[in-house]
Amino acid sequence: MGGPRKISEYVIESWIKLSGLLVVIFVFLIFLFLLRDSLSLFGVYPLGQFLFGRNWLPISEPPKFGVVPLVLGSIYVTAGAIIICVPVGVGTAMFIDEVAPKSLKHILKSLVEILTSIPSVVLGFIGIVWLSPFLKNTFGLPTGMCGLTGSLLLAFMALPTIISISEDALVSVPRAYKEAAFGLGATRWQTLWRVVLPSAASGIIAGVMLGIGRVIGETMVVMMVTGNSPVIPKSILQPLRTLTATIAGEMGETVVGSDHYFALFAVGLVLFIITFIINFLADAFLRRARK
Amino acid sequence: MNAAKIREKVAFSILGLITLFVVAPILLVILYILKNGISTISWEFVTQAPRNGMKEGGIFPAIVGTIVLIIGAMLFSLPVGVLAAIHLVEYARDNFFTRLIKLSVVNLSGIPSIVYGLFGFTLFVVFLKLGTSILAGSLTLAIMSLPVIITATKEALESVPASFREISLSLGATRWQTVRYCVLPYALPGILTGTVLILSRAAGETAPILFTVAAFYLPRLPRTVFDQVMALPYHLYVISTQVPNMPLKLSFATAFVLIALVFLMNLVSIILRAHFRKKKLW
Repeated sequence: MGGPRKISEYVIESWIKLSGLLVVIFVFLIFLFLLRDSLSLFGVYPLGQFLFGRNWLPISEPPKFGVVPLVLGSIYVTAGAIIICVPVGVGTAMFIDEVAPKSLKHILKSLVEILTSIPSVVLGFIGIVWLSPFLKNTFGLPTGMCGLTGSLLLAFMALPTIISISEDALVSVPRAYKEAAFGLGATRWQTLWRVVLPSAASGIIAGVMLGIGRVIGETMVVMMVTGNSPVIPKSILQPLRTLTATIAGEMGETVVGSDHYFALFAVGLVLFIITFIINFLADAFLRRARK
Repeated sequence: MNAAKIREKVAFSILGLITLFVVAPILLVILYILKNGISTISWEFVTQAPRNGMKEGGIFPAIVGTIVLIIGAMLFSLPVGVLAAIHLVEYARDNFFTRLIKLSVVNLSGIPSIVYGLFGFTLFVVFLKLGTSILAGSLTLAIMSLPVIITATKEALESVPASFREISLSLGATRWQTVRYCVLPYALPGILTGTVLILSRAAGETAPILFTVAAFYLPRLPRTVFDQVMALPYHLYVISTQVPNMPLKLSFATAFVLIALVFLMNLVSIILRAHFRKKKLW
């Protein structure tokens, strides 16, 4: 083997290693830059008031950067979405896995895949022109731009994640479990409900966690339909504002280096930490499911 | 026994209804956009710049902007993503560093898109002084696409039988030669289809480009990578929420074009997959 070949091989293998390293560096950089800009806020604005302050009034004098209303906004919308989409998503996964004939199974899976590729801004647009007027008129709400509209659309968006991961979990339950249940005279439903579903629990929980992560991080839909009102929400039927929508909505109006600018990075850091924990848990459940 | 059978019928019917409840809105959403958008679609709409405060004319600069952004994102994320996956599958030993990479991939894929937007702004636009530019926007989208490209490539590499590698190594090939000639060619279809799919998602993303590149109203084409561009998803956001008295039909038509673009890329990915599957030799 000649010299040049060895050198070129060394070069390419270094690139390969470097690329792996880059992935780690990016995560580190993201955290570092969020932290750096957040700390600039906490130099002038106490961390306690940020974390526990009940008012988000960034342009009043003096400004108040209490993150509580935004966190509650995110929690309300996310909880609403999850309550809607978990039973529906898991039910659909059960139907696809156990009930649907093979041809239908294929069609259903493709349709769910199509849903993943509809851009969120398009769903937000539909929320504005159709869903929010519809909810307002049907349920006599004071406004259609509220948490519920956001929850419904986010539930819709989280479905593909929950369906596909739950379906994987159901499929990977060992055949022997089912056969044993059938052998004891159980119907397909009894087997599905009492044997397959509990065995797939870890995987399904992982799917739900990933769904939560997705919903909490979604920006455009909530910014477009939840009414953008950064006050502590009393119910999901009121206008509210999430962490994500606050960053997206206010960043354009801030001056780089101002307190408000740094406050938005602190909001980003909160979001980063929340999703980090959720994804870490989801990964743990996924790994348990594979064992 | 009979009661159990009846219960099964009822339960399965409910599951069927739930599924219908999921599937019907998907079709309705698409049909709704198609129906309301198609009448405004014309050759002028897709080839001309907006005029008169975006209330007339077309969306050509936004279409070009979105295509430029995803090509830019691919130029960066494809090589890095593929090489990182090669590292994980073909080279890495089970040690701390490898676990750290895997954890990072999981973490990257969970970071909300708006946080990528913040990061892209503070690193590329402000710290590296690239300004709100195609370069900053593409790099932001690229980093966001990275974990998905790595995962798709990993799956493609892992689906190549181990015997391919063993035979190549046993003939005296080096590890890189093995990867280059005996693994990559067979993993390529999976990598390509995965990449196209991921880019179609990137094309629909708004939050990461919000502060890094997207222009509110810029009715001309970009000249350098340091220019801002309009982009389809951001344009849809702008005309449906930020501009008063905007004709609704333009929003529908823009949503139509965005969905058409995304579906077209999905179709390419499906065709690629079918094409390569026919050629599969093992």
